[in-house]
Amino acid sequence: MNAYEATPVDYIEVTRRTYDSLGYPPYAWVHSEEPPPWTPLTKPLSDCRIGLIASGGVYRRGQIAFHYRDDASYRVIPSDVPTDELRATHFAYDTRDARSDINVVFPIDTLRSLVRDSRLGGLTDDCYTFMGGIYSARRVREELAPALVERMTSQGADAALLVPV
Amino acid sequence: MTSAWTITAAVNPPRAAFVDYPLGHTTGQAHDPVGQRTLLEAAFTAFEAATVPGAIVDLGLQWGDDAWRADPMRGDSRTATTSQADRGTARSDSRTERFDTPQYQSEEDRRLAEQRHGEEIACRACVGFDD
Repeated sequence: MNAYEATPVDYIEVTRRTYDSLGYPPYAWVHSEEPPPWTPLTKPLSDCRIGLIASGGVYRRGQIAFHYRDDASYRVIPSDVPTDELRATHFAYDTRDARSDINVVFPIDTLRSLVRDSRLGGLTDDCYTFMGGIYSARRVREELAPALVERMTSQGADAALLVPV
Repeated sequence: MTSAWTITAAVNPPRAAFVDYPLGHTTGQAHDPVGQRTLLEAAFTAFEAATVPGAIVDLGLQWGDDAWRADPMRGDSRTATTSQADRGTARSDSRTERFDTPQYQSEEDRRLAEQRHGEEIACRACVGFDD
């Protein structure tokens, strides 16, 4: 065995301390009290069409970039996009590695390799990206999330990989 | 996927795979396609095996060193293309200031988007759109 025993960072606690030090009121984290919904996987992933939704502020060259204050918009990125046309912009993480290799927050090459090797059946035609760090949980719940669900459903996704940052 | 265990536990999604990496690396380390592939394969394997709604599976991956844990929410001052001279009370907040205009990775990206989308882009950025 190894001696690696690091405790995962408690970002809720870190944020509380940061906000306290700034004199801000506490951040209102989303707490879901009800049990999560459950949709069983009914076929092998090698027969599934997989969607990708990522919150790292990823846009394609030529698209309008995200802004940093409560941006609840999303971008549509084709799953056959040339990887070198992808960009990252965000206020809440160090984007240097994402700008150097977008797969760290938007694993499009990784997913395409899994499809090539038939680990996955395929990808939806489009992937979706947004900004995250949105203060209004209501806007996410009532606007952004339903729009993404509708998009994913219309794309025939059997399952979606969600990649927050 | 998640690299923020307590946030994900609070949100309580049906399935989650935990990667104990610094923010901005939820699906791997840069220029490490083998590691990125190993990570996603482990996540999909956990996805297939999941039977308990709300369970978070620790994929057991290790970043390599723990220096990043000292300031885990640090943004990068170089990400913004707008002047950050007026940071006001944000001095002790190591994240990047919350600009409410599009923040491009490069000026070339800005020029291209403005050519394509015209002048009203700040407003259009507040809704979903395809291109």
